[in-house]
Formats: sequence, structure tokens, C-alpha cells
Amino acid sequence: MDFSLSPQDWTVIGLSLKVSLVAVAAMLPIAFALAWVLARWRFPGKLLLDALVHLPLVVPPVVTGWLLLLLFGINGPIGSRLDQWFGVTLLFRWTGAALAAAIMAMPLMVRAMRLSIESVDRRLEQAAQTLGASPLRSFLSISLPLSLPGVFAGAMLGFARSIGEFGATITFVSDIPGETRTLPIAIYAALQVPGAETAVSRFALISVLLSLGALLMSEILARRATQGRMPHVL
Amino acid sequence: MSFDIAVRRRLGDRDIALQCRADARLIALIGPSGAGKTSLLNMIAGLLTPDAGHIRIDGETLFDSAARIDLAPADRHAGYLFQDVRLFPHMRVDRNLRYGRRPGGSLSQAEVLDFLGIGHLLHRMPATLSGGEAQRVAIGRALLSAPRFLLMDEPLSGVDRARREEIMRLIERLRDDMRLPILYVTHDLREAERLADRIVEMPDT
Repeated sequence: MDFSLSPQDWTVIGLSLKVSLVAVAAMLPIAFALAWVLARWRFPGKLLLDALVHLPLVVPPVVTGWLLLLLFGINGPIGSRLDQWFGVTLLFRWTGAALAAAIMAMPLMVRAMRLSIESVDRRLEQAAQTLGASPLRSFLSISLPLSLPGVFAGAMLGFARSIGEFGATITFVSDIPGETRTLPIAIYAALQVPGAETAVSRFALISVLLSLGALLMSEILARRATQGRMPHVL
Repeated sequence: MSFDIAVRRRLGDRDIALQCRADARLIALIGPSGAGKTSLLNMIAGLLTPDAGHIRIDGETLFDSAARIDLAPADRHAGYLFQDVRLFPHMRVDRNLRYGRRPGGSLSQAEVLDFLGIGHLLHRMPATLSGGEAQRVAIGRALLSAPRFLLMDEPLSGVDRARREEIMRLIERLRDDMRLPILYVTHDLREAERLADRIVEMPDT
């Protein structure tokens, strides 16, 4: 089997990495905020928010893509304003692919971060406060660093999920070579062409390696987070 | 008046209440476990809000429900030694000590290190310290935050028997040399009798 990569193949890989990195980077602060709210706040409607966050995990991805199309399409409530106010269109653009990947990665990212935030011993924050720390300083110096392994784990998991994103992406931004043709969409496109099995297996192998790498990183970081390193605290 | 405290707070199905006016350097608060001793220290430190009452230490009002005064924990300048020590696990001893450092303390960092004998621990992580070492670092961290008073929650409980005497002498020196009001929680009457100039019994509710 020939595993040498053509310039077009490199375009697909580069685009997939770009889409996934942008998706994770953009979703990171939002996911952390959601995880923080779900872990720490008590308010009516929390269950509903929790369910909404998890929705992309259970709804068929094609439905998520269709909802994105309704909201961010040219005539959608968000899409039309983005276009009017900022001249930004997401539809059929790689940025739209990143949005779809971010939404699909959100539940996994929030879950990992939430677990990590919940495992932070709040008595340490109290100790920081009695030592004169403001709530902001206590957050930045205690809560955030102690939940960082979970943040990284969530980011890795989200990255792996983004690399594999297909259904919502193809529904929302279609298959445009060089713009929205990420690895899974390239595999699907190659499957439609008779005799393109080599291309399929090349892309498949690359997908597996990228996702495996991200998953392993996520697992290693999650383990580091749960390792008992505070015997005098627990 | 070093301590002027009258508070009550309902927690679940029990009432935690204390009334105490004393001009003592070290008050020992004794009572069986579950009597609410730690909750009381939390109220004084500002981590738990009393339902009603007032807390005045060395003339400064920290809490007064009638006058609607309720200082934030950060503004109370309590040197709180927790029963579970609570060193920050991701910071070396050095950073733990510096965490709450405020100007105006009666001791410099060098003096505190010398006083507590913890100079050789600066680069260690909290997880590698023994119970006695961790307790001394926690005392150092509290002293460097320029506290106006000290709250000690069974500071000997995590320390092995051999090291108890050492920590006990430290507390006596704190009491005699630093002139900081100390509220000392214990369930051990002998400890209380040795350290305190006033013993307050926590009513069993």
C-alpha cells in the first residue's frame, strides 16, 4: 500500500488540525465557565442547563448540524446578524466546521473539567481567604491550578472528538475541498470513488493515530489529577 | 477585653451557641466532639455566618448582627490553624509561607523560620512533610499574615506523641512573646489546663 501523502492529503490534515485546534481553543473558556457553574452554583434550572450541555452527546449529529444551519445560516437569527454587523459568515466556511466541532466537543470538555473542579478541596479556598486572599486571587492561585489537569484532559478529549467530527459538520458546512473537507469527510468522499481504498486507509490510519494520541494524553493528565498528592489535606 | 463573643447559629437540628467575655491571652475552648467547636472558630474567622450575636476581639468588631457588621474573612486578619492543616498541596513550603504575607507583622520571615525551625523545609512539597512539620509550617504561614489573633483547632491532633511537647512549647512561646489573643480548641482538659489562662466549656446541645 502506498502511504506517501499528496499535497491535497496534506491540505486535509492541515485543515483538520486547524479546525480542531480552533474549536478547542474557542470552546475552552466557555466549557470551563459552564463546568464551574455546574460544579459550584446552585440555582433553579441547573438540571436543564446540565441536560442542554449534554445534548450534543445524545442527539443525532445531523440534527445538531441542522440546528446550526437554522441558527447560523444566512437567514438564521445569529447568522444574519453576524453577517450584518461583522460581515462574518460561518456557513460553508472552515470557521463553521470549527463551530460544529466545538459544539460536538463541548459535553466531553465540560464533563472532564467539572469532575476536576468538584475534586478541588474547597477548604483550601477557605484557608486562602483567611490568609487575606480575595475571591479572585483564591480562584487564580488555588482553584484554577488545582483543576488544571482536568482542564487539559478535557481539552485533549475535545480535540480527539473534534478530529472525528463528521455528521454535524457535513450538514452545516458541506464538503468543500480545501475549506471544509476534514479527515472524516475526506474519508467519506474517497469512499464514494471506486478504487480509492488506499486513500481511505491512509486517512483512516492518520485519524486513528491523532485521536489515540489525544486520548492517551487526556488519560495521563486525568490520572495525574486524581493521584493523591495531598495526604495532609484529605 | 481580648475576647467578647456572643453568637448563636442553628446547624441542622442543633444550636451552636457561645457567650464569652474574657481578658485572657489564651482561652481554651473545650467540649466533646460534635459540640460545634470548629463551627465556632469558623464563625470567628468569617467562614460561617452566625444567625445573631457579635464577635469583638481586642476591641475590633468583626461581626455584629444588630449593627449589620460582617467583615469578609480576608479582612478579619485571623491566623487560623485548621485541624486538617490545609497547606496548599501544589505549592512548596516557601510559597505556602509567603501566600498570606502582609506587612505589619511583628516578625520577619527569617525570624519566623528561626522561631519554628522550618528553614530547612522551604523547598519541600507539603505532601512530603510529617504531621509536626506541616503543623509548624501552617503556624508560620499564619504568623506571616500579620494576624491580630490566632485560632487553633486541635493543633496537636495530627502530631505524633513525641512531637506534641515541641508544638506545645511553641504555643506557649506564642502566647507569652507575641501578645496575640489565642482561642484554642481542644477536647483534652490537660492540654487546656496547661496552656490556657481561661477555660470555657462548650455547652453540650
